[in-house]
Amino acid sequence: MRALDTFHGGVHPPQHKDESSTRPIAVAPVPSRLVVPLQQHIGMIAKPLVKAGDRVLKGQMIGQAEGFISVSIHAPTSGHVTAVDMQSIPHPSGLPGMCVSIHPDGRDEWIEHAPIDFRNMDPSALRNYLRDAGVVGLGGAVFPCFIKLNPGPKQKIDMLILNGAECEPWITCDDMLMRERAAEIVRGIEIMRHILQPAEILIGIEDNKPEAIAAMRAACALTDFAIDVVAVPTIYPGGGAKQLTQVLTGKEVPSGGLPTDIGVQSFNVATAYTLHRAVNFGEPVISRIVTITGNVAQPQNFEALIGTPIEELVHLAGGAKGDTNGYILGGPMMGFKLPSPSAPLVKAANCVIASSPELFKPAPRAVPCIRCGRCAEACPVELQPMDLYWFSQAKNFGKAQEYNLFDCIECGCCDYVCPSHIPLVQYFRFSKSEIWAHEKEKRAADLARERHEFLLFRQEREKKEKAEKLAQKTAAAKATPTTEGGTEADAKKAAILAAVERAKAKKADAAPKNMENLPPQAQQQIEEIEVRRAKMKEQLHAQNQQEP
Amino acid sequence: MLDALLVMSGLALFLGAVLGFASIKFKVQENPLVEKIDAILPQTQCGQCGFPGCKPYATAIAKGEADINRCPPGGEDGINKLAELLGVEPKPLNAECGEVKPKSVAIIDEQICIGCTLCIQACPVDAILGAAKQMHTVITAECTGCELCVKPCPVECIHMVPFGESASTWKWKYPVTKISAVG
Repeated sequence: MRALDTFHGGVHPPQHKDESSTRPIAVAPVPSRLVVPLQQHIGMIAKPLVKAGDRVLKGQMIGQAEGFISVSIHAPTSGHVTAVDMQSIPHPSGLPGMCVSIHPDGRDEWIEHAPIDFRNMDPSALRNYLRDAGVVGLGGAVFPCFIKLNPGPKQKIDMLILNGAECEPWITCDDMLMRERAAEIVRGIEIMRHILQPAEILIGIEDNKPEAIAAMRAACALTDFAIDVVAVPTIYPGGGAKQLTQVLTGKEVPSGGLPTDIGVQSFNVATAYTLHRAVNFGEPVISRIVTITGNVAQPQNFEALIGTPIEELVHLAGGAKGDTNGYILGGPMMGFKLPSPSAPLVKAANCVIASSPELFKPAPRAVPCIRCGRCAEACPVELQPMDLYWFSQAKNFGKAQEYNLFDCIECGCCDYVCPSHIPLVQYFRFSKSEIWAHEKEKRAADLARERHEFLLFRQEREKKEKAEKLAQKTAAAKATPTTEGGTEADAKKAAILAAVERAKAKKADAAPKNMENLPPQAQQQIEEIEVRRAKMKEQLHAQNQQEP
Repeated sequence: MLDALLVMSGLALFLGAVLGFASIKFKVQENPLVEKIDAILPQTQCGQCGFPGCKPYATAIAKGEADINRCPPGGEDGINKLAELLGVEPKPLNAECGEVKPKSVAIIDEQICIGCTLCIQACPVDAILGAAKQMHTVITAECTGCELCVKPCPVECIHMVPFGESASTWKWKYPVTKISAVG
């Protein structure tokens, strides 16, 4: 038996897991239309590879990973692309995002796909394959999996942790996956083990899921390497990556650091499952298991295609009951209100809860903070939420950062216990996004300053270069030729002289030919004319001088 | 008595030498206040303040030759920050300098552009790419939205397009608690 540690704080909200975990996972049929967002991961949006009118096959890449932190996006079924445009996406802002809309043709025709031999494959080629297969962390953060599988040459991974804790109320998709597809999860772990070479592999599952623990233990018993399935105490947020790591290892991830800093890498169990499908079947990530629960007739888990409109999934779960007043995407602690039920299912969506005033009572009016300190007692990362709230509501972001605002995991424990019903996490999210925006602005200003300064430098340099060139020219013109044909200036001068000579010769040629051998009389006449001409010139000159 | 005099005058000479050395060795090349003011200014380099760029304006503020309310892109926030730095009262933006506009970026209509390079010469941050009689285009990531390129264009093909809010640039809003009757 492994000695387990605990983390600070935590809460015990009502579980509500049985509603959806009594029915097996159902495969959702291909919907009437699919809307696949091109951004379903953290990082850069995928570049669309198709246009309206194109025919796509199931599993065909429709969006290519762009930049380092990015993964590809695939068509979930065969059909025709109807549009590549902005559509409603599941995002707290309610703003649209770039999506590929597909009209399914009902044939569900696959691209050619085959398993890959990961054991005899170059690690970097394998990681590129995973990027192109769109494998991301399905625990909620949707971080590209291939990057986490590349901790760098310096980092040694001592421990691989598989996260099956699923600590948020209502959600049961990982629970059901572990119960029904334990062997396949283990095959995914095998691939992770091959890449990371950890000394130890642990699967952490909260002890409110005995069936999942039993199923995983049975599957792990069949492997030729040791996997320890550990039942961890049920406490929210025990499924947070850092909290689970602390419970299992007793080690805390440093502030601002990564789990790899303490030799740990963790993945969600559903990520291991998709990894197995991608490598051993050649299937990119085009579906996921999602819990549809709350105020619906038959709460259940569905294996649904990415891009399926959420309202169609709700319909499959028996439809929303009459008093439904909205839908929550994710759990009740960390999820957000879905702006529109027509938004599509995305890789990050683990749960949809139909809410009703009875299930989720409207929050009472927030009253002033009484500094009771209950939020600090509940905080799993040992922050002082009341202070962070104070600084955030005063927009004193520098101070909030000093109090480690960015270590906040937005779990909502402080909100849950606050007797004044202050929406604390909302304040923290507001502060965080303001700080990010401010830093972005500052980077842009720094770039502009640098570019403006370079422009001034460039203009100055160009001016100097021009002046130098001019100085050179005048100096060359002044210089007298010392040797024949020596410098360039001399050559020029010689050329000018030659031209003058030529001109003289030409003039001589053009002189009147009938001036030779004139009789003396004519000669005399000419001379007289010349004298008169000189006289007139003199007179003219004198006149000019008198009246300038 | 003499000892004390010698010690004191010796000390004075020594400390004077140290101070003299320090004033040469650690001489501040540039007014640090200018740098601090420049760091607050948005670096749009638009010249709406009446100075040819943010740095000259910062220098003028530091010298006390210009007021702190002459920067429309910095907005009220910028004025407040300058007031805090300089220990003066914030004041409303000087209407002569312009008005606060949403952040925008210049877009060249490439169908109309004749490739005259006038906008390239006007751009204070070299954010326009092009050559004589070739199509010009704005490097959006480097455009500060200063609008200096709009006027020189002889065919009016440059437009300022405000940045819309997208899902990736969206910010969480300040929580608003509804006011309701108590009791």
